[in-house]
Amino acid sequence: MKQTPLYDVHVAAGATMVDFAGWNMPVSYAGTVSEVQAVRTKAGLFDVSHMGEFRIVGPHAFEMVQSITSNDVSRLQVGEAQYSLLLTDDAGIVDDIIVYRQADDGFLIVVNAGCLDKDWAWFEGHAGNYPDCALVNESELTSLSALQGPEAIRIGLAVLGSEFSELHRFQFALGRFHNSAITVSRTGYTGADGCEIFCDDRIAVQLWNALAAEGAVPAGLGARDVLRLEAAYPLYGHELDAEHSPWESGTGWAVKLGKGDFNGRSAAEQKRKGNRNKLVGITMNTRAIPREHCTVLNAGADSEVGTVTSGTFSPTLQQGIAMARLSIENSTPGTEVVVDIRGRKLSATVVKLPFYRNGV
Amino acid sequence: MSELPELLFSKTHEWVRIDDDIATVGITAHAQEELGDVALILFPEVGRVLQADEKFGEIESIKAVSDLFSPIAGEVIAVNEELEASPELVNDDPHGAGWLVQIRAFIPMDTSELLSAEEYDELVREH
Repeated sequence: MKQTPLYDVHVAAGATMVDFAGWNMPVSYAGTVSEVQAVRTKAGLFDVSHMGEFRIVGPHAFEMVQSITSNDVSRLQVGEAQYSLLLTDDAGIVDDIIVYRQADDGFLIVVNAGCLDKDWAWFEGHAGNYPDCALVNESELTSLSALQGPEAIRIGLAVLGSEFSELHRFQFALGRFHNSAITVSRTGYTGADGCEIFCDDRIAVQLWNALAAEGAVPAGLGARDVLRLEAAYPLYGHELDAEHSPWESGTGWAVKLGKGDFNGRSAAEQKRKGNRNKLVGITMNTRAIPREHCTVLNAGADSEVGTVTSGTFSPTLQQGIAMARLSIENSTPGTEVVVDIRGRKLSATVVKLPFYRNGV
Repeated sequence: MSELPELLFSKTHEWVRIDDDIATVGITAHAQEELGDVALILFPEVGRVLQADEKFGEIESIKAVSDLFSPIAGEVIAVNEELEASPELVNDDPHGAGWLVQIRAFIPMDTSELLSAEEYDELVREH
């Protein structure tokens, strides 16, 4: 298994470690529930250095990124970021990404750890059309920490300096920490306010320790998954995959068909027109925990209407919650459904997403 | 577990405390640690008759679901209703306030398959 530069810090903190996408990562420290509560009430600190960072620079970097991604990068000023998708030729999803415009002709792309190699091959495969672009995989050199919660900005400014105080959501800026370049972006995957900090591997430990000393609570991948589900953010391999279109996955908004041509565009148009399924939220009406792959049935429990893509028990809402892909006829908030949890058929209700967002 | 000599243990990580023919059953400290924060428990109905090793319920955390197996044969006479509102008692006090069910054991009681505290410690170490 691979390790991030923070491995020893996690082990010393007593973290329970788990294999995630081939990386030895902390799933929890004090416990998933207390870590979720820390993010919702104070600030949690996540090591997400396993994620991938690619840079694209060159005279036609803009055209290249615009042609490979689904969202419209012409909306990005320098210093702004956007959520986007890589689409297959059939308008299935290769991965969801964040695109950062570092310069007019320079972009940083952040990808999921589990899709890193696949995404890199994808970018390399599409680079041939843009011979004047340099494509650099900086993942091995780059550490990434996410500081999330109502206290996150205060803690971040105290440690990193007040020059980041003007950043709005999805803006980022360069800075220095311990004489090393960092990028601070007001982004996150938890539904809380906060920032994500890119730094060189060599100062990752000092940065982590400084943030923890200022009050950030170490939080693991278990908490991260609960928080992103409460915030209704999709996860590749659950809500997103090559077999389902963005409109079946809650991410149709990130596909800008009007921007010009891009990979998967013509299939995307067809998929959008003919879309039959929708991603919805579900809350359980009794204390129960829906899980990925649980079948969802109509209220009478005599026909299947869809499948749970992600489920958990929300400590914030104190109930079982799920995202599910249901047929459009059954996707209206308020619709009563039944979730089959290991053979027990339990009452649930379709709700509007997100379950929880605060400060974002 | 060696500091709890009056408990017997199953290979499936339940403990049992026997007073005459009443057996109180819960999951071990090791089991609750593996599970993480307990979110809910699926209890058997009071009155249900169980064989030894029969599945009598489920215990769930955010990360996992575990089946619960009866260490002895008998009839369920009580379930720990406090755990409905406070499932975290299983994590905080797994051998005490976090008990799950009470069973009136069928006599003669067969505990030959159960482990002593030392034997259970050995089992956990081998994992």
